[in-house]
Amino acid sequence: MRTLWKSIILYGLLTAGAVLSVYPLIYMLLTAFKPMTLLFEFPPKLIPSELTWDNFAEAWASQNFSIYMFNSVIVTIASFILIFALSAMLAFSFSRFQFRGKRMVFGILMGSLVIPSLTLIIPQFMLIRDLGLFDSHWGLITVYAAGGIPFTTFLLKGFFDSISRDIDESVEMDGGSAFKLFTAIILPLSKPAFVPATIFNALVIWEEFPWALTIINDPLKRTLPIALANFQGQYTTQWGIVFAGSLIAIVPIIVLFVLLQRYFVAGITAGAVKG
Amino acid sequence: MNKKGGLAGYLFAAPGFLFFSFFLVYPLLRNFMFSFYDFKLTNLNEMTFIGFGNYLHVFQDSVFWISLRNIIIYGVISVPGQMILGFLVAYALHQNRRGVTAYRVFYFLPVITSWVVASLIFKFVFTDQGLLNYIITDALHLTSTTISWLSDPMKALLVISFLGIWKGVGWVMVIYLAALQGVPKELYEAASLDGCNGWQKIRYITLPAVRSTTLFIQLMLIIGAFNVFTSVYLVTNGGPMHETEVMLTWMYQKAFTEYDLGYASALSYVFAVLIACLTFIQFRLNKRD
Repeated sequence: MRTLWKSIILYGLLTAGAVLSVYPLIYMLLTAFKPMTLLFEFPPKLIPSELTWDNFAEAWASQNFSIYMFNSVIVTIASFILIFALSAMLAFSFSRFQFRGKRMVFGILMGSLVIPSLTLIIPQFMLIRDLGLFDSHWGLITVYAAGGIPFTTFLLKGFFDSISRDIDESVEMDGGSAFKLFTAIILPLSKPAFVPATIFNALVIWEEFPWALTIINDPLKRTLPIALANFQGQYTTQWGIVFAGSLIAIVPIIVLFVLLQRYFVAGITAGAVKG
Repeated sequence: MNKKGGLAGYLFAAPGFLFFSFFLVYPLLRNFMFSFYDFKLTNLNEMTFIGFGNYLHVFQDSVFWISLRNIIIYGVISVPGQMILGFLVAYALHQNRRGVTAYRVFYFLPVITSWVVASLIFKFVFTDQGLLNYIITDALHLTSTTISWLSDPMKALLVISFLGIWKGVGWVMVIYLAALQGVPKELYEAASLDGCNGWQKIRYITLPAVRSTTLFIQLMLIIGAFNVFTSVYLVTNGGPMHETEVMLTWMYQKAFTEYDLGYASALSYVFAVLIACLTFIQFRLNKRD
């Protein structure tokens, strides 16, 4: 009897917590499907009396969320390509070679992880401006890539270190170069290491807000986070459309979560280190 | 190929390190220089060296102290809030009870919701005609006056702290879930035989066993609290009258609304040094135990 009561109380508390966790998201979902006229209907209904796709159609087409989605995808993919190419080479260098200054270079990369990225926003703004990349996607991509390199290098180096050096020797005996070892052996074997690295970088870049807010002026170059924030700030907020846009923005992350659920813990734990 | 091939090592390291240095290390150093100059975004050609002027200004700036106070309030509420709730949820969900997977997913959803979206939701829920005021006044009749959650500084800080807790509990849960797998089951069995109750088991077995995880989480959350920006920027934008400003929103405001880049650089350096000291102190304290 005592354990039964305990179970009931336990599940009750767990359920209350889960409701508090999920309800704000459900509320967003319901608001997105609500006709604008019922936004502040009184009394508010748990399930709106009328459901509509209007807000999504409005957000996607008239409010340009299709363009913002495209911008976010382009920026994220281009940043990924830079991050993975540069970090994999760095990690390979750290894992397989000895050279003067190696510890210092590695130390600088890792040390940068404790620097809050926002504290660099002024000098980075000046740099991007001097390079003529202000108000361009390249201004986002370069800075996102630089920010993603240290931790991605760290993750990949850990994996490369775990690949046996016997393979290195056999490649060497066959007369293969370091470049061959890297592209033909190490990279193909390391596919599993790229999954947490992808999740970590995707979560950071897809939702990045302050930097994009600072250097993107042209409304048609906006990424999703600044488009949402900006739309919310306009005259009287049309919350239905804001939340339809929000749902459009988080769908890719939810898909990633569903597909790679078991890797998310690694990606999230990894993300923690960056703060 | 180990232990040799210095040239190849440089060749592989160079592109990434040069790129990183150019976009991250160089700005970091340049920021230090900026902090000793008086210069405005409106006239970038005119830079005047003023020594420690910006730094002196920081310590006389009343909003700087308000922002520091607000960060501490935010940290004092949100860090223990996330840790205690996250631990309890992980503890309840780490055994294979029925339905644990669904609960884990529910608690985790806020973690993958972006800060921008989470902030917009909270703003909508806590706005004057929002859901929360409806529940308090019309559904539960707790009070008849509308509570202005977002225009009273302390209430607004509370809302922003709740947002931090809401978004962070799932993350703490996930880290603790991993750590709890490593606590030997035999310890609990032995404790049961000795007549320990549930709380005693947590107090004398679980908490000591996951101690290093607790310290890690605490460090991460404190750093995270100091880095709060997006939620404050979107929910209150530091207002009313800068009363809810935190360090990063104040720096941002100074740089890109008031165009005072030199001063904002000094603010960002003071801020970075504060975080570095905090991290260092935590490491020292953790090592000592």
